[in-house]
Amino acid sequence: MATSTYLEAINQALFEEMERDESVFLLGEDIGIYGGAFKVTKGLYKAFGGDRVIDTPISESAIIGSAIGAAITGLRPVAEMQFADFITVGFNQLVANAATLYYRHNIPVPMVVRAPSGGGIRGGPFHSRNPEAWFFHQPGLKIVAPATARDAKGLLKSSIRDNNPVIYFEHKYLYRRVKEELPKEEIVVPLGKANISREGDDVTVITYGAMVFECLDAAKKLFEEHDISAQVIDLRTLQPLDMELILQSVQKTSRVVIVHEASLSGGIGAEIAARISEKAFEYLDAPVKRIASLDTPTPFSPILENEFMPNAEKIYNAILEIMKF
Amino acid sequence: MKKEKLVWMYRMMLLIRRFEERAAQMYGMQKIGGFCHLYIGQEATGVGTVAAMRPEDYLISAYRDHGHILAKGSDPKAVMAELYGKGTGISKGKGGSMHLFDIEKRYLGGHGIVAGQIPLATGVGFAIKYREEDGVVVVSFGEGAVHQGAFHESLNLAKLWKLPVIYLIENNRYGMGTPLERASAVWDLSQKACSYDMARDTVDGMDVLAVYDVMEKAVNRARKESEPTLIEARTYRFRGHSMSDPVHSHYRTREEVEDQKLKDPLKGFQEKLLKDKVLTKEDIKEIESETKRIVLDSVDFAEKSAEPELDSRFEDVYV
Ligand SMILES: Cc1ncc(C[n+]2csc(CCOP(=O)(O)OP(=O)(O)O)c2C)c(N)n1
Repeated sequence: MATSTYLEAINQALFEEMERDESVFLLGEDIGIYGGAFKVTKGLYKAFGGDRVIDTPISESAIIGSAIGAAITGLRPVAEMQFADFITVGFNQLVANAATLYYRHNIPVPMVVRAPSGGGIRGGPFHSRNPEAWFFHQPGLKIVAPATARDAKGLLKSSIRDNNPVIYFEHKYLYRRVKEELPKEEIVVPLGKANISREGDDVTVITYGAMVFECLDAAKKLFEEHDISAQVIDLRTLQPLDMELILQSVQKTSRVVIVHEASLSGGIGAEIAARISEKAFEYLDAPVKRIASLDTPTPFSPILENEFMPNAEKIYNAILEIMKF
Repeated sequence: MKKEKLVWMYRMMLLIRRFEERAAQMYGMQKIGGFCHLYIGQEATGVGTVAAMRPEDYLISAYRDHGHILAKGSDPKAVMAELYGKGTGISKGKGGSMHLFDIEKRYLGGHGIVAGQIPLATGVGFAIKYREEDGVVVVSFGEGAVHQGAFHESLNLAKLWKLPVIYLIENNRYGMGTPLERASAVWDLSQKACSYDMARDTVDGMDVLAVYDVMEKAVNRARKESEPTLIEARTYRFRGHSMSDPVHSHYRTREEVEDQKLKDPLKGFQEKLLKDKVLTKEDIKEIESETKRIVLDSVDFAEKSAEPELDSRFEDVYV
C-alpha cells in the first residue's frame, strides 16, 4: 500500500492503461513536456514519448474531433480539456459526432475526454464550472465523476476500456486534497455502479464529486448532534445512473436530499428527483430536496463564491428540514 | 510625434509595469487569489496599439488584460479592487483579474476562453459599419488563439463583409508551456491573413513606436476604407504564464528569458526618450514617483474597499 492523491491516482491509471494497451494515447494542451496545467500527466511524456503523449495547439474542437476519428479507426484516445469549461469549444464534436456514431452506424467510439471541473479555487466564471448536465441531456455519452482516489483510478481505467465515449469529470479541488492508501493490485471500478459512502437509515443523501465530502461532514454532524443517520450515496457514474441502488435506499429511508455542485436548474438532481417520484412516490415521507449551486455564473469574489456553492452547513440544514416531515 | 503622446506612452508603460509588480506582490501575500496573468514584457504592444486609437474606438482582449484596460484609461483603483474581488472592483468582484471590462472606456473585456473574444470584435466591427460610424475595433489575443476555429471564422467574415476590425496577435512565443513552433504549422503568423486576402503586417512588439506606426496604418485602413487587418506583434512575457507558473520552468531556459530582458520595452523606450531629449532624468524620476503613488493608492483603495454585498450574487444574471 502506498499513499496516493486523487491526482496521482489519475496519473497511475493513465500510466497503467498505456502500458497495458498500445492503442491508448493521450492528447491535449500542455500535457506532454509541460506535464499538464495541473501536472496530472507528469512523467508520462518521459515514459511513453511524444508519439503517445501529444501536445496539441489550443484547438478543443480538433482535439475532440480527431480523438473521435482515431477512436473509430482502432485507437483509444484519452483527450484532456485543460479545464472542463473549455469543453464548450469542442461541444459539437462530442454531442453530434461522438454521441451518435454508434446509433447511426454501429461504430463504437472508444474514447475518453478528461475534464477538470469544479469550483472553490477562485477560478471565476470560466474556470470553475461543472457542465455535466449538458452532456447528460445527450444520449450516447457516458459520464463519470469520481470523488475518491480509488475511484478516480478505477473508474478511469474502466472508462478507457469502455467502447463508448466517456466524459470523465475530475474535480480539480480534490486533486491534492484527497489522499488515500491504494493497494498494489490493480483497481478497476465498473461504470454505472454507485457506492454507499456512509450507511444510514433515516435519510438518503445522493451526491457525487467534491460534494461527497461535504455530505459526509454534514452526515457526521447530524449523527453526533441529532442522532440522525444519513445514508450517503456517491453516484460515481452519472450516465448511466445506478437507479437500483438509489431506489433501494429511498425505500429504506423515505427521505431524499440530492446534492450537486453544478447549478440547480436542469441539473442531474432534477432527473433523479423525477425518477424517484415516478418509481418510489409511495415510499416518500417528504418532498425530495435539492441542494446545488445557484442558478448564476460562478462569481470570482471568494465570499460570493462561498455563498454560491453548496457546503456541509447548507446540507446539514436541508436534512434537518427534511426530517421535520 | 507630439511630445505629449510620447510621454503618455512612457507613463502608461510604466504604470502597467509598476501596477503589475505590485499586484504580483499582493498575490504573493495572498491578498489576491485565483488566476492572474501578468503582461510584464508586453507593455509596448498594448500601449503602442492604444496610442494609435481614438478614445471612442473599441478594444477587446484576452485574460492577460491588466495592461489593456489601464491603457484604455480605466481607473487603476477599480482595476486593483477587481483583482482583490472587492465590491468596488470594475466588475463588482464577479470577474477577477481575467474578466475586466469598462464600457465607458470602450474596453470590452477581459475574456477567459482562448479565442472566445475574437468573434465579438467581428460583431463590434459589424455594428460600427451598420450604424455608419467611423470607429474601429482592435482585438488582441495570444498566438495560441490563432489555432482556434473562432479566429479563422472571424477573419473570413471581416474580410467578406469589409469590417473595420484589427486583429492583433500578441505573439509572446508561448501558449502556456507550449512554444509556437510546437503548436503552429507556420512561423510567420500574419500569413494567416493571406487565406482571406486580408491586409497584414508584422512588427517588433517590444518597440512601442514601431507598434504605433503599424497600428496607425491599420487603424486608418479600417476607418477610411472599412478594411480589416491582421497584425502579428512579436513580443515576450518576462513572467510565467500565470502566477502559478515559474518564470522559467522546463519549457524555456533562464538564458532565454535573460536574453529577452535585454530588449525590455520600457527600458529601451526610456533610453530613447532621454537620448532624444524628450524627457530629462528629473522628469523620469518624477514620473516614477507619480506612478508609484497611483499604484499605492490603488492598493490602498482595494484594501479598504468592502467585500461585495452578499445579495449581489443574485444580481445581474438577467437585465
Ligand atoms: C478554449 C481554451 N482552452 C484552453 C485554455 C487554457 N489556457 C489559458 S491561457 C492558455 C495559453 C494561451 O496562450 P496564448 O493564446 O498564446 O496567450 P498568452 O497566454 O501567451 O498571452 C491556455 C491553453 C483556455 N483558457 N481556453
